[in-house]
Amino acid sequence: MIMNRSLLIFIMAALAISLLLAILVSPWACSAPDGLEKVAEDKGFAGKAAEEPFWNASLMPDYNLTKAQNEAFGTAFAGFVGTGLVFITALVLAKLIARGHKGSLR
Amino acid sequence: MHIPDGFVSVPVNAATYGISLAVCGVAVLRGRKKLQDQQVPVLAVTAAFIFAAQMLNFPVAGGTSGHFLGAMLAAILLGPLNGLLVMTVVLAIQALVFADGGLTALGSNIFNMGVVAGIVSYAIYWTLKFLLPKTRGGFLAAAALASWFSIVLAAGACAVELAISGTSPLLVALAAMVGIHALIGVGEAMITVAVLSVVLASRADLITTSKLARSYSLAGQV
Repeated sequence: MIMNRSLLIFIMAALAISLLLAILVSPWACSAPDGLEKVAEDKGFAGKAAEEPFWNASLMPDYNLTKAQNEAFGTAFAGFVGTGLVFITALVLAKLIARGHKGSLR
Repeated sequence: MHIPDGFVSVPVNAATYGISLAVCGVAVLRGRKKLQDQQVPVLAVTAAFIFAAQMLNFPVAGGTSGHFLGAMLAAILLGPLNGLLVMTVVLAIQALVFADGGLTALGSNIFNMGVVAGIVSYAIYWTLKFLLPKTRGGFLAAAALASWFSIVLAAGACAVELAISGTSPLLVALAAMVGIHALIGVGEAMITVAVLSVVLASRADLITTSKLARSYSLAGQV
């Protein structure tokens, strides 16, 4: 991967900002229902949501640790893990895709 | 507007899964030819930022919250098909690890928040960019309006899926979803403009969908 110093700094700074938002700010996010949840409540179809999700092996449902003593810590931890996991997954996926044309270029 | 399991019927989910997978397939095939090495880490960090920003719900009117979506930001930074890959990674991890959005509804969620908000709405950005002055202000105005539309159109698509599924009558769902997301879309536009301004000031060359940004960057760095 061609990665000059300026790009590396940009990526690291953007990743650091993302992690800080996820860890430090997310515990203070507004906990009111979001647009769809509110519409579902107001229009009387909130009850149609499945009691148990189809996929019930989620590690941190609702961005929290099920056994966390402290909800703010659970949310911050979920934010840290999720942001890191998304970064790594997207990086691996994009590298695999970009590899598709490497042979023809080099 | 992450749809949980149970809101959308099996046929609707099957159709949206089919469309979403097909467009993702096109995005992967095109990426194999066009994805530049420099875009690889940018794609990854865009996904990470969008995941983090989506956790930050802000209050909107009437006891409701909204959060940044990021589909238009990703499309403007990386192109609409690469942007769809970003949204798909974010939505899949949200569904699988955090139970945010049902796995049965993942096809609908990728359709609404990736295909509609990223690719369909990109046509609005493209048109506005063509019509507005080729300046920094014109670029940011196109991004602001297109990101507002991306939220409203995605909410509209969600309402149509709810209606076809028999969950809520079309006009009721459409009015309610579009109404509240017209407000949330204002937040989306502000965050999109703020992030693009920072990228424009630091590494404008990374905004692949704007020629203006490239010339601006060269002028700025001299």
